[in-house]
Amino acid sequence: MPIDVLQSLPDALPPLAGLTAHAADVSEPAGLLPARQQMALSLGWHIVLACFGVAFPAIIFTMHLIGLRRGDADALVLAQRWAKVSAVLFAIGAVSGTVLSFEMGLLWPGLMGTFGDVLGLPFAFEGLAFFLEAIFLGIYLYGWGRMPATQHLLMVVPMAITGVVGTYCVIAVNAWMNVPTGFRVVDGEVTDIEPWAVLFNPAAFWQFLHMWLAAYMVAGFAIAAVYAVGMLRGRRDARHRLGFTVAMAFASASAVVQPFVGHLLGGRLAEWQPAKLAAFELATETEQPAPLRLGGVLVDGEIRYALDIPYLGSLIARNSLDKPVVGLEEFPADVHPPVNITHLSFQLMVGIGTLLALVAVVYWFARWRGRDLTDRRWFLRFMATGGVLAVVAMEAGWIATEVGRQPWIVQDVMRTPEAAGDNPALWWLLGATFVVYTAMTIGAIVVLRSMARRWRAGEADLPSPYAPDPPGSEGTSTTTSGAVR
Amino acid sequence: MLETAVAAALFVGVLAYAVFAGADFGSGFFDLTAGGSRKGAELRTLVDHSIGPVWEANHVWLIYVLVTWWTAFPASFASAMSTLILPLLLALLGIVLRGASFAFRKYAASLAQARLFGAVFATSSVVTPFFLGAVAGAIASGRVPAEGRGDLWSSWLNPTSAFGGVIAVGTCAFLAGCFLCADAARGGHERLAEQLRRRTIAVGLVTGGVVLAALVPLELDAPTLADGLETQAAPLVVASALAGAATLVLLARRRFAVARMTAVVAVAAVVSGWGVGQYPWLLVDEVTIAEAAGAEATLQALLVAVGIAAAVVLPALAYLFRLTQTEAWSRPEH
Repeated sequence: MPIDVLQSLPDALPPLAGLTAHAADVSEPAGLLPARQQMALSLGWHIVLACFGVAFPAIIFTMHLIGLRRGDADALVLAQRWAKVSAVLFAIGAVSGTVLSFEMGLLWPGLMGTFGDVLGLPFAFEGLAFFLEAIFLGIYLYGWGRMPATQHLLMVVPMAITGVVGTYCVIAVNAWMNVPTGFRVVDGEVTDIEPWAVLFNPAAFWQFLHMWLAAYMVAGFAIAAVYAVGMLRGRRDARHRLGFTVAMAFASASAVVQPFVGHLLGGRLAEWQPAKLAAFELATETEQPAPLRLGGVLVDGEIRYALDIPYLGSLIARNSLDKPVVGLEEFPADVHPPVNITHLSFQLMVGIGTLLALVAVVYWFARWRGRDLTDRRWFLRFMATGGVLAVVAMEAGWIATEVGRQPWIVQDVMRTPEAAGDNPALWWLLGATFVVYTAMTIGAIVVLRSMARRWRAGEADLPSPYAPDPPGSEGTSTTTSGAVR
Repeated sequence: MLETAVAAALFVGVLAYAVFAGADFGSGFFDLTAGGSRKGAELRTLVDHSIGPVWEANHVWLIYVLVTWWTAFPASFASAMSTLILPLLLALLGIVLRGASFAFRKYAASLAQARLFGAVFATSSVVTPFFLGAVAGAIASGRVPAEGRGDLWSSWLNPTSAFGGVIAVGTCAFLAGCFLCADAARGGHERLAEQLRRRTIAVGLVTGGVVLAALVPLELDAPTLADGLETQAAPLVVASALAGAATLVLLARRRFAVARMTAVVAVAAVVSGWGVGQYPWLLVDEVTIAEAAGAEATLQALLVAVGIAAAVVLPALAYLFRLTQTEAWSRPEH
């Protein structure tokens, strides 16, 4: 029986009480639901661009390095084009990230007012990393043809490093929300704050690694998809092959490692967030050994349409053939997360992640055996969807971990309703955000597609349409391709 | 003492944002008033070239300010965000539209698209500083309570906020004008520099007039701030007036590179005047810096972060700024 597991629970949690004493009967403030939807929309949108911010620099660096080392003109052209694409993506990534900074206070005054000085330090370092990334982005983008080649290439390195640091810092805050540490609550007051303990909290590392790899999967598969589509349309030149291969290399390496990192991360849930684990596994009752429950939904407390594979649940979640997965029945009803969305999102993430990892293995194995799968239309068709699949997997993962933590915003310490404000007008904000983000998405797609179209038509410079008399008048604008090298 | 040091570090961020990001926003004013697509082409290309490499880095000062604020003074951050939600959201909308449409315009395929993105870019650039200035006015006039939510409308629709907003728009445009004049002259666009020079002087005269005129209504509407401006911050007010006047003279004599420096001093002095004038209040008449401070360990850690930022970010930023002033970077881009 799982009694021993439950008894060990309090040790895993920080010694608090007080903030939560009255929490069970907190009614939902008017700002709660719109704030949650707003956060889901703005974070879900930003995270895709953040992936490019984190992963694109290293991918561009690789392409640029290939170009310089091999004297490969195609690689240099691709690196410069990718840099221009990144300029557009980073711009909308920067502003949508700013939205999140504002929203921390606007949507969650209870969280920030109470815990701002607990969780703030990682954000400070994240800001620092973003600062450096923005600076070197400016230098790199405008440095084409204006700096010595090697020095110019080296300007990408700080961006790739700050991507790591920035990801770690943001994830450290999220990990802290899952496994709070670095403070105590005494008589309802937050005290004994240790900001460094929050920055280096024990849950942060594996969660960071999981997201960092996800960023490379999203960027890698998305870029590979662009070239897969091009090859499907018959553009099978060296540039397309090179673009596909470099992107696929990053996508594959991260996709193959990801399942192991995800497994190690999930292995800690039984100790840290057992209710979330129960929701992931759709475990209503404690089972020992627990089965792996594929699919299935909870209808009126009954599990329907699930395929149970015996022992596998214990094996995957607990690294053991007989350790139990604690069921939701062991927890009071008011701390149950929404089960179905958590379970299905989690399995969607795992399913797509596994599929992408398999495809990566198959692709490189075939290549090793002398077969190029990009000659096969079925493979290209699949790869054309790879970017979308990677994004869906990442979004599903975030939905699973965030919804799975509910009703808590800070696990076992603060409930989400306590963090929200009482401003019903936030529904208007959600509507406006939806309109603005839709417009921004359309704008980005229109502009990026037009850039690709003009590149295909042989334009190299993409002068702005209002530029005064582009060719020749300034003397240097036609010499770009020479200056690149 | 510790909390004052953190507040000072926070205010340095406000200052840097006001000056550098302010100049980026202000270029929207000249972009907006550049005329039709043919007539304004040269100026708009200059704006692209001038703020393109730096605007994202300059923008990060805002993130720095927000993060430092909520980490060091969490409760006051929560009440300010709740009270000033409307002007902050409007500023945020402007920030989002400005950044996105600036990037989109540069790579737009057709003139029609570029016009649309350009109009959004220029308009949002002009409007955004108004709301940020109004936020400053709300805090400076004591309309943000220490806890909870103040009035959603009167907190920022009042004389001090109105003047704060107009001054922000004016100083941004003035700074941008000085920077653009220097960039145009360095890039060899004599005629453009001349055109910008006249308009920058006009903007400077109007803005200077508004700043001086604002001192009168501040007496009634924001007595604590006005009192500070007449005492501890008085030297800064004088310095601002002198630097502003010097900038106008330098512009008139076409000494653009130096005028840029004095313009920065003038605007930095105005903004510092506000900060020093309301010291030791964080939210004027409501909560002081010491009262608002969060945990001591966090303040110490934050100072470490600020120290690292100073050691790592500032040299990189200086390198970027220096590069943009070199001959190679003054050439038209590709």
